[in-house]
Amino acid sequence: MPAAAAAQAVRRPFVGEVLGRGDFAIISELVEPNSKVLDLGCGEGELLAWLAENKGVDARGVEISAAKVRRAIARGVSAYQGDIDEVLTDYSDHAFDYVILSQTLQETRWPLKVMRDMLRVGRHAIVAFPNFGYWTVRLSLLFTGRAPKTGLFPYEWYDSPNIHFLTVDDFDQLVRREGFTIERHYFLSGRYRLHFLPNLRAAIAVYLIRK
Amino acid sequence: MTVETNTAQFASVSLDSGATLAPVTVAYQTYGQLNASKSNAILILHAFSGDAHAAGLSSETGKPGWWDNTIGPGKAFDTDRFFVICSNVLGGCQGTTGPSSINPQTGCPYAMSFPVITIGDMVQLQTQLIDSLGIERLLAVAGGSMGGMQALEWAVSYPERVVAAIPIATTARHSPQQIAFNEVGRQAIMADPDWNDGNYYSSRPPARGLAIARMVGHITYMSDESMREKFGRRLRQKEKFGFDFSVDFEVESYLRYRGSQFVGRFDANSYLYITKAEDYFDLTNAAGTLANAFAKAQARFLVISFSSDWLYPSYQSQEIVRVLRRSNHDVAYCELPSNYGHDAFLVDVAEQSEVIRGFLESTYKEKA
Repeated sequence: MPAAAAAQAVRRPFVGEVLGRGDFAIISELVEPNSKVLDLGCGEGELLAWLAENKGVDARGVEISAAKVRRAIARGVSAYQGDIDEVLTDYSDHAFDYVILSQTLQETRWPLKVMRDMLRVGRHAIVAFPNFGYWTVRLSLLFTGRAPKTGLFPYEWYDSPNIHFLTVDDFDQLVRREGFTIERHYFLSGRYRLHFLPNLRAAIAVYLIRK
Repeated sequence: MTVETNTAQFASVSLDSGATLAPVTVAYQTYGQLNASKSNAILILHAFSGDAHAAGLSSETGKPGWWDNTIGPGKAFDTDRFFVICSNVLGGCQGTTGPSSINPQTGCPYAMSFPVITIGDMVQLQTQLIDSLGIERLLAVAGGSMGGMQALEWAVSYPERVVAAIPIATTARHSPQQIAFNEVGRQAIMADPDWNDGNYYSSRPPARGLAIARMVGHITYMSDESMREKFGRRLRQKEKFGFDFSVDFEVESYLRYRGSQFVGRFDANSYLYITKAEDYFDLTNAAGTLANAFAKAQARFLVISFSSDWLYPSYQSQEIVRVLRRSNHDVAYCELPSNYGHDAFLVDVAEQSEVIRGFLESTYKEKA
């Protein structure tokens, strides 16, 4: 591959942004039109409202913040207040085509249970997470000797919602161990999609997986 | 917006008890315009002591409706877009047939010969009203407290006629605590000698009993916080205790005022019948489980509860939501923060309006 083409492949701007976010852009590409979608940690329902409007999906959301649930419902999204760690057990098998967990896996109390439940409740799971192996995080820890504070992990250790830190390699290993199938994966740095050394270079990873 | 109360006559209604009531009058009001496809009709369901006058200013009294802060042009139930209907419930005393109505067989008020009615009976009569207005499907049924029970009953018993249901501050089955408070109210009325086995229409009504029943009711509609905020331990028009049993505290004065005011507008026998209908309400009665009850429901649901409501606590709404979720129904739920207790759905409506407006908007766009 000529150097220029390789550079092109590496630094190719990906789908741009949906609602200002690269992972949303990928998710919006992955979700089939008119499917049933459950978004765990749906925030104010921005993504679900976008998917309902643009892809005709039947959208449901769970969010722990009461204020955010209110705004999601006001946006027209069928959301309810609940704890991700608890609500998934309520749903029947394959109740949804996709269960989305966007940048929330690291905040759940029992991430493995959540992932297993996601793939019970949904035919596919879409998991987006911030990569703790990203080089800026490594440098932050190396040079400051303190819990990393970066753009993706902006919190002090004592008030961070992130209680499980994972890297791209960690996620890959877990998926292999559980016998899940990776249908697609995307590694993002800013607005760019990466192919090489994602564990070091990706800020955000997005996986489409199934059982 | 001045509004008038209309009445509709129906030949009969067959009741859950097996009895038939004939004929039946329904008092109702409407706001806004029914569109050509008749797809924008919303039925508002009133709570225990409500009436058909939900919005606008009454042409008779000039008073605003009980949910005027929520129904009207640009409000949560936007009458510029939707056709809103509200009727007085069966067993009521504000124009719909109830125990104070004249029994055509005898020429006297029904009094205690009025048959015992259920929430299901109230809803069945509402279907007759909706039929008479030429409406097949309601865009939404909505109400708080007993109104919420009716909304749930609609969604369960007439699934194909309800696009969306908005049960607020309510329950799928009356709890022992709710039954207990209702029973205190009923006993207060029946202990009043003026009640006279319900035959007081040509003499003095059981004003003391009814007032006490209402006082108990009002306590359950407020919260510890809202009572502390509203009254504290303030004394009523005195500097120190009276050392007697006249009114000392503001809260006593308030309850007495509310009690006596209620006597002027509500019939004691209606109190007995309507509270009994609430107490019988249990969606699992016929179906066995809540999941079975909701199995045929097709509506999209918006369930709302309030943080300080201890009469219809959030766990009762959450039970409904959990069952709906388990069976893959389309349900949105939020517990709104409020200090106003059960009354919140009537008085603390800013956030409630925000979620109702958005929910109705998307329902209308997607499903109507």
